[in-house]
Amino acid sequence: MSEPRRPLFALTRARVLEFIREPEAVFWVFAFPVIMALVLGFAFRDKAPEKLPVGVTGGASGGAVGGRPLTSPLLRTIPFATVEEGLQGLRTGKIALLVENKEPLIYHFDPTRPDARLARLEVDDAVQRAAGRRDPLRIREEEMHEKGSRYIDFLLPGILGLNLMGTGIWGIGFGIVNARLKKTLKLMTATPMRKSEYLLAQILSRLFFLLLEIAVILAFGVLAFGVPIRGSLGLLLATALLGSLSFAGLGLLVAARAKTLEAASGLMNLVMVPMWLLSGVFFSAERFPNAVQPLIRALPLTALNDALRAVMLEGKGVAAIGSLLLLLAVWGVVTFGVALKIFRWQ
Amino acid sequence: MSVANDRPDSGTGTAILCRGLRKHYDDVRAVDGLDLEIRSGECFGLLGPNGAGKTTTIEILEGLTKPDAGDVSILGRRWGSHERELRARLGVSLQETRFSEKLTVYETLDLFRSLYPRGRDPELLLRDLSLEEKRDARVGKLSGGQRQRLAVACALAGDPEILFLDEPTTGLDPQSRLQLWERFEGFRAAGRTVLLTTHYMEEAERLCDRVAVVDHGKIIAQGTPAELVAGLHAPHIVEFASDPPLSAEDLKALPGVGDCRKRDDRWFVGVASLVDAVPALLSRLERGGSKLVSLSTHRATLEDVFISLTGRELRDE
Repeated sequence: MSEPRRPLFALTRARVLEFIREPEAVFWVFAFPVIMALVLGFAFRDKAPEKLPVGVTGGASGGAVGGRPLTSPLLRTIPFATVEEGLQGLRTGKIALLVENKEPLIYHFDPTRPDARLARLEVDDAVQRAAGRRDPLRIREEEMHEKGSRYIDFLLPGILGLNLMGTGIWGIGFGIVNARLKKTLKLMTATPMRKSEYLLAQILSRLFFLLLEIAVILAFGVLAFGVPIRGSLGLLLATALLGSLSFAGLGLLVAARAKTLEAASGLMNLVMVPMWLLSGVFFSAERFPNAVQPLIRALPLTALNDALRAVMLEGKGVAAIGSLLLLLAVWGVVTFGVALKIFRWQ
Repeated sequence: MSVANDRPDSGTGTAILCRGLRKHYDDVRAVDGLDLEIRSGECFGLLGPNGAGKTTTIEILEGLTKPDAGDVSILGRRWGSHERELRARLGVSLQETRFSEKLTVYETLDLFRSLYPRGRDPELLLRDLSLEEKRDARVGKLSGGQRQRLAVACALAGDPEILFLDEPTTGLDPQSRLQLWERFEGFRAAGRTVLLTTHYMEEAERLCDRVAVVDHGKIIAQGTPAELVAGLHAPHIVEFASDPPLSAEDLKALPGVGDCRKRDDRWFVGVASLVDAVPALLSRLERGGSKLVSLSTHRATLEDVFISLTGRELRDE
């Protein structure tokens, strides 16, 4: 007989085995974030800015305005036979702006649409220059195409954070509620097992997957999109680890009392959806009003995303993200403590 | 019954002691003033219909449910002060536990073994419970009987002094049941204590040194199965069918008749003496012009004890 295993190790091992024998779970942890990054990465990949479609009346003129062709790299002209047809195109979003060819020229557009306002500026600029306007000031333009400032660079750390949250909360929450439903939790409390060891094993089993999870997402980002990792890889891993722990604590708390899978999944959504939206996964959290900023800053996913981006994209060190790491640690410790206190074992 | 247990390892004498146990859920009094004293080395059965309070009682004794009132002492220890020590010395099989379906039989047992400071080799337990062939099978692929044997193996993983079994063979086929009974007998033969709940009379009669009949959260009779049956006024059962059938009044007129019950066309009549009752029954049939279709007699069982005490049958609750 082999030496009996230590309970913490045995519980962790059992949870890991359960998980890897669940093909759907493996898909959600590893394949889903890669697919999401792939889709979003391609949707927002670097390419020439799309030309704005602008309608011009007087179909015979071939798109010329006031007798002169409308030339701009940002515009694409579409001739319309009548004003009526042009307005129809405007209403359906086929064009951003309609130029009515008469004296004076009339611009039809919806000022609440950003593309329409942009088209208005571009069209007017092109028309006035063609008519002979000269600019009094000389300017020089410099375009930026540096890696690390593209959308995919912003997105990838966010997806990493999002995934750590999802797997932490879902993975731990469902495992526990399931064990409670099947009464294995109750049976285990009839053994000399320490309850804190059981909960700790749930968290440790997540950490087992953490390295793989991070490796898959980062490798994908680096290889497929050339996303930079400017800071220390060790610090990046430590940050992800701490984030994972805080979400694991949150997952425990969510599952601490839920009696059914439905109740648990409702609670999980309640916890996760606000963070999906507010915590700067897909766009910067700074876009939200100042009044709610303190709240958003206090969320663990915001802290994790900010810390991951600071290390990956800006190459920041531990001092710069210390307060974020502290916030994550506090979330983890507090949720674990409360969960242990209120946990329903039967 | 006097203590006939002189095995050297039978401990201090009393394995489980409880006094004045009460527990209610909302309006239901699940356990309503229950006293028990279970000796070391005996197999004790809590017998009663579903909803009698057996599971609540055993879970209070296992330290999984807190009673509203009453004292519990297990191996001379109390749950409040010695929980971890007690957990290491007890084995528990709950009613209908479903183990994780993704783990194998061996992995499940090994996990439970790891939770105890000392215990039995999982390989040996698998052999004892005839699960060797299923060692590497996923729990999800096991039959009901195999799952139940695994549950018992897990309860035995810590080599317990007391084994708690809540409805251990409910829903199993006769062969699986027999296999488990033999395991419990082996455990008991090693001088250990067993407390089991059941609503199967055969199980209680075969396994238990003593039984307590539980109904509505109270113990309504207690003793060895033989004592309980002997305590009946009508310890013999006459089972017969006739055409046309007799009425209950006809039967009550026979000498020494106790409880009568009818299942389909057959009467089950408890009588004090077969020698008096059977001839009287035959002559009553002859006088009434009824033809006897079948006739047999047997000694009363715990089932008859329960019916006599409560007027109800055990398993059709």
